[in-house]
Amino acid sequence: MGSAYAIEAEELRRTYRARTGWLKPRRTEVEAVRGVTFTVGRGELFGLLGPNGAGKTTTIKMLNTLLIPTSGRARVCGHDVERETREVRRRIGYVFGGDRGLYDRLSALDNLRYFAELYAVPAREQKGRIAELLDLVGLAGRERERVEGYSRGMRQRLHIARGLLHSPDVLFLDEPSIGVDPVAARELRRTVADLASTGTTVLLTTHYMAEADELCDRIAVIADGCIQALGTPAELRRRAEGRRVVEVEAYGVPESAVDALRGLPGVRETAVEARGALQLLTVHSDAHVDVQSDVLRELAGIRLGRVDSREPTLEDAYVAIVSAAA
Amino acid sequence: MSTLRLLTVGTLLHVKQISRSPFEIAIALVVPVVQATLAVYLFRSSGEQHRLLEAAVGAGVMGVWSSVLFGSGGAIQGQRWQGTLEMIMLAPRRPVLVVLPITIATGLTGTYALLATLVWGRLLYGIRLDFAHPAAFVVAAVVCVVALGMFGLLLAATFVLMRNANALANTLEYPVWLVSGMLVPITVLPAWTTPIAAVLPTTWGARALREATSGGPVWPSLGICLGISLLCLVLGGFALTHVERRARAAATLALA
Ligand SMILES: Nc1ncnc2c1ncn2[C@@H]1O[C@H](COP(=O)(O)OP(=O)(O)OP(=O)(O)O)[C@@H](O)[C@H]1O
Ligand SMILES: [Mg+2]
Repeated sequence: MGSAYAIEAEELRRTYRARTGWLKPRRTEVEAVRGVTFTVGRGELFGLLGPNGAGKTTTIKMLNTLLIPTSGRARVCGHDVERETREVRRRIGYVFGGDRGLYDRLSALDNLRYFAELYAVPAREQKGRIAELLDLVGLAGRERERVEGYSRGMRQRLHIARGLLHSPDVLFLDEPSIGVDPVAARELRRTVADLASTGTTVLLTTHYMAEADELCDRIAVIADGCIQALGTPAELRRRAEGRRVVEVEAYGVPESAVDALRGLPGVRETAVEARGALQLLTVHSDAHVDVQSDVLRELAGIRLGRVDSREPTLEDAYVAIVSAAA
Repeated sequence: MSTLRLLTVGTLLHVKQISRSPFEIAIALVVPVVQATLAVYLFRSSGEQHRLLEAAVGAGVMGVWSSVLFGSGGAIQGQRWQGTLEMIMLAPRRPVLVVLPITIATGLTGTYALLATLVWGRLLYGIRLDFAHPAAFVVAAVVCVVALGMFGLLLAATFVLMRNANALANTLEYPVWLVSGMLVPITVLPAWTTPIAAVLPTTWGARALREATSGGPVWPSLGICLGISLLCLVLGGFALTHVERRARAAATLALA
């Protein structure tokens, strides 16, 4: 209808104002999103990546009408999110990660029936639609159990079924794969891909780079409330082009050693990630400099595990973009 | 048609959700016994059988009111916690259609308190359940529940906006009991409460029930009760639409 884009965001901003304390009220302001502009085409699968607190959820909530933007404009299917709220709501589905957002003491079936009514799914279509969705998310046969007895992944799948009840044109998925086991996550990705291939526009946030790489047509990396990079996964990967990545598994690396790595010639970025007892050191360097021997020299005396030198992945590109923004 | 279905299905499912809460079940088991006892000991001295039944009915209505008050506040707050408040407000519906089933459901679960108070009164204290106008009593009880649900809607409008809704709810329980004469006749209250009592639908609802219990013209009070409640519904509807917008601006639909 009219607009060529499913989602248009223009200079979106959102500031949270909060008052804390009753006797001596103190005002705090958080600029969660500071001027975000992008468009998503119809049927496109668009990813929003970024570190915790980057403003992804806030952006989604402005687009799905739960939050009014502090400034800027946004349209979904050509309808203004602030003024034509109901028109927008009719056309969108919203699924967020985690186990909240459901009526725990009701069965999955009752939850779906209630939301089918809320979304005005015609009475004679409800039964079929609900059965179809229960099947799609693999909850068929357990729909009469109360949700409080569901595992996290089952709740997440129920969430997804709920978001699809009214066959929305645009689907907002905020970390839908949180707490979902690998097999179910793979099914979830297939479901999302199927939806997109049949014309549903999807806006997805996730912290799993492989998921974004596999699914998304285009990705925006957002940090600190601003878009830092936008492009296809291949284009973003090229951001890390001309780099090489050395990965070292180590036990008990002191801060000082990490700082020393950062100072090595040719090194662009370093990151440390704790994985149980071991730490995973990631060192980005210019491709033409071989830093591996230098790195190992700096780490002399520290117990090391696997050492690996490889081409950059989307995750490396993401790390590069985000740390450049910081 | 679809609106009516939404209201019905919504109300039924919310009754289900509320009545399965362990907290509600515990309250439902204890409170009616306490209320029946209270009614009996407060009025036994007067020695009149009819006064006893009247007191039990009054105590029961207090139960309905408590349920609506804590229900509208609690349900909104609870749903904020559960994360369902955002989900239901996100539906392409007028906010009033989304919230009304919740407040009516609280009224319905409260009716249980009214019935249970009467039953316990009968079983434990032998209060004779001879209503002056039994049929009118049933109609009045139904109207009362719906009316309180609509009044609850107006309260709910405040609760959607305020994150500390429960604090407000706590302060409203006893004053409304007293002022609307659920337990003691309004005539014994100080004069300044009269205008407040006159605009509260609870006053007229309690009065209609009392009249149905011990004799009196039930319908005028019931009519006024219904009228005020419909006004509450209209006001609550507008307030909710306004408040929903405010809540989206202030980000109070979610916890954080
Ligand atoms: N209701 C709120 N009131 C005040 N501040 C908020 C509120 N919601 C979010 N914020 C703040 O806004 C910023 C952006 O939060 P947002 O939830 O959008 O991040 P995110 O990108 O979704 O993060 P995550 O990956 O952790 O989900 C954060 O600094 C957060 O603390
Ligand atoms: Mg988030």
